[in-house]
Amino acid sequence: MSFNIMSKRKVQDAHLPVGECITEVQTILRERLCHQRLPDKPEGVEAQHRHLLELLKRTAIHGESNSVLIVGPRGAGKTMLLRCVLRDLLEDKEAQKSLLQVHLNGLLQTDDRIALKEITRQLHLENVVGDKVFGSFAENLGFLLEALKKGDRSSSRPVLFILDEFDLFAHHKNQTLLYNLLDVSQSAQAPISVVGVTCRLDVLELLEKRVKSRFSHRQIHLLSSATFAQYVERVQTQLSVPDDFPDTKFAQEWNDSIKVLCGDKSVEEVLQRHYNSSRDFRSMHMLLMLCLSRVSVAKPAIKPADLLEASRLCFADAKANMLHGLSILELCLIIAMKHLNDVYEGEPFNLQMIHNEFKKFLQRKSNSMYNFEQPVIMKAFEHLQQLELIRPVDGSAAKTQREYQLMRLMLDHSQIMDALQKYPQCPTDVKQWAMSAFG
Amino acid sequence: MSALSQHPGHEEDKLQRVREQLPCRENQAGLLLSLLGQPQQYSYPSIFIYGHRASGKSHVMQVLLKELELPHATVSCVECVSNSLLFEQVLLSLFGCEAAALLARTPSLSDFVRIYRQQCSQSPATQTRYIVMEKAELLRDADANLLPALLRLQELVEDNITVILLSEISWDKFRPNTGCFEPLLLHFPDYSKGELQQILSQDRHPSYSAEFYSSYVNILLGVFYSVCRDLRELRHLAALNFSKYCEPLGEGKVKETDTHKLWRNIEPHLKKAMQTVYLREVSSLQWEQMQQMEEKEAGALRGLSAHTHVELPYYSKFLLIAAYLASYNPARADKRFFLKHHGKIKKTNFLKKNEKTSNHLLGPKPFPLDRLLAIFYSVVDSRVAPTASIFSQISSLVTLQLLSQVSHDDQLDAPKYKCAVSLDFICAISRTVNFEIVKYLYDFL
Repeated sequence: MSFNIMSKRKVQDAHLPVGECITEVQTILRERLCHQRLPDKPEGVEAQHRHLLELLKRTAIHGESNSVLIVGPRGAGKTMLLRCVLRDLLEDKEAQKSLLQVHLNGLLQTDDRIALKEITRQLHLENVVGDKVFGSFAENLGFLLEALKKGDRSSSRPVLFILDEFDLFAHHKNQTLLYNLLDVSQSAQAPISVVGVTCRLDVLELLEKRVKSRFSHRQIHLLSSATFAQYVERVQTQLSVPDDFPDTKFAQEWNDSIKVLCGDKSVEEVLQRHYNSSRDFRSMHMLLMLCLSRVSVAKPAIKPADLLEASRLCFADAKANMLHGLSILELCLIIAMKHLNDVYEGEPFNLQMIHNEFKKFLQRKSNSMYNFEQPVIMKAFEHLQQLELIRPVDGSAAKTQREYQLMRLMLDHSQIMDALQKYPQCPTDVKQWAMSAFG
Repeated sequence: MSALSQHPGHEEDKLQRVREQLPCRENQAGLLLSLLGQPQQYSYPSIFIYGHRASGKSHVMQVLLKELELPHATVSCVECVSNSLLFEQVLLSLFGCEAAALLARTPSLSDFVRIYRQQCSQSPATQTRYIVMEKAELLRDADANLLPALLRLQELVEDNITVILLSEISWDKFRPNTGCFEPLLLHFPDYSKGELQQILSQDRHPSYSAEFYSSYVNILLGVFYSVCRDLRELRHLAALNFSKYCEPLGEGKVKETDTHKLWRNIEPHLKKAMQTVYLREVSSLQWEQMQQMEEKEAGALRGLSAHTHVELPYYSKFLLIAAYLASYNPARADKRFFLKHHGKIKKTNFLKKNEKTSNHLLGPKPFPLDRLLAIFYSVVDSRVAPTASIFSQISSLVTLQLLSQVSHDDQLDAPKYKCAVSLDFICAISRTVNFEIVKYLYDFL
């Protein structure tokens, strides 16, 4: 693909067919939105970037040992910051030659044994043959510690440990791995840096006292502080195509249309709603991805309507969607439950009570249309339980009969009423029953 | 129709085949295809598709992946009882059996990712790879790290891969408490009545006309639609009852166009089917046999739930009766029912109104062993010694699940029980020993 672009770039102002341009735009933007492609410069976190780069440079070049935690909510750009810093660090020839990296993830390395094997593998210590690691846990730990101990500041290569999902490492038994890593970083052994990435603000409380005392307490917080204007600008830069786009005329048109889009009044309202609900990159990327997927040859630009539609998809209430597909009988049961909830103020209920409530409704209607047998009602009730719209109060389901098992409704009043309004061909008497205050 | 017409990167005739196989799901398939993009482009790391049972989630995915020949692995979470089965299946489908053989006996997620990366570097992705997880709600019961790791698998293995989760339950119930990578949510809406009719009419019998079959489907939906919207169930019922619908035609009584007579013929039959086949009281095979036999009325055959009669020993019956009385009567009414010379109890005081109706509504209440034995001695006419056999009968009633033990198993002194049988059942039992249970029940006083 890149070969292709190179050859095209030589022919300046080449006019490509619209189809190829769209494909190119999709490729570039998808890589940015889905694959979290690194930007050339991190936005809004320049200070943190400088700080971390300085710190890691001291390890890589001067052989200082350090430990640092990057803390921030999910989607705030922690990994992006770290990867940007590493990229900039490795531009330095000396650092590139000497620095060793070990990447661990709390999701993958779920205990110290697996983590230790992974470290040994990534450092290519002498007990690794091919891809296999030999030795027991104790031997591996001994190996590693000895290897680290032998080194000193001047002679050995610095090692950078990156612990993603740092809080999960704190759940390991005795926190052996953390203790040993931080201990090495505190004493005059091989120069290592421990960089933890976590989304938990209380992560230090999870550490044991001996581990905590060996940690340098250096934290980098990434709290998104973008104003709304910055947010809109970020949307614009995310959607714009870069200058080295093969067809310059198309790129110009595309970028202009994005600029017009971001200035639109209705678009601004939608973005304001998203900004108010969350400011992280991820939810923004999801929104933009939904917009982008609607771009095709027939419609080669993003229109405000696309953004509205994407936003509608993002904010759709899943429970309302599920309620829409229930049968009349199931809906009647839910209304009966709502009445029971109203009358008995949130006390749990069982199927007998619901059936009783439903029968009261039928008697008043004297319409035999919904006269169902108890087993049919039971089947509908169980379907509701499978959808987790109702949930048993206590877990031990086997001990009580099914019709006497106490349940709670997992929906609130307004959700039920909204669903009733949207329900296709809802019978009027059912609607009235739901409206009436008490059964 | 237009939703599936233009997708660059896929051939037109393949799209045409897809369109033919997905009636009433063009919009969803089109949206999904445009989200997935062209095969060589990156796609969103994880997509979560939810919708009711039989709303075509798996079918759409399967047809798209098969017909467009995209590399994929389909995994049912019901089958994968352990993680290693899951990993093996994924590696097998994506890279072949050599890769699957590399897994250790009990592989961790770390091993899986390592092997995946290794294989991936040998055969780099030219197209997006897909992992489809069916019944994804079961992933919540697996290891806590499995679901968050699957959601960000693209980042972990650094490959062009998309994980698609299919579930009946909405995403809110999946989110782990420390959060995770949020997937793209897609909803498959339920089929409307018209769509159901359209789909059901497709599998008509070739020897009958299309209008004839669709009027049959119309009648079927009229009976069952208010109860059941599950396409699979409806299709099954339609196939079962069609022969009965055609019967008058075979006898030459009515013509195909005479819908009213046909409706009169089939409607009671369908109503009977709701009480039997729909609840699996009568198996489909039995139902078909019943239709063959003319004289035998449908439903005359006793279903599963009619076989509730259980033969019990004499004392076990009385123990069960005593347990039922203890469960459904309040303890303060015992004196009134079972003592010969109880003092005078004021009637107004005795029958508290709101308490009266509620016992059979609220379900059985637990009672101690002492109370069970006391009631037992007073309802049994003859003198019974409290032998070991009486106590072992109590515990065997528990194993038969006619009683259930409420307190913990380790409590030997003063265990508590609940009666777990229905009113019909206990009435049948007491009739066999000439005991009038209704006279002793507080609710029916």
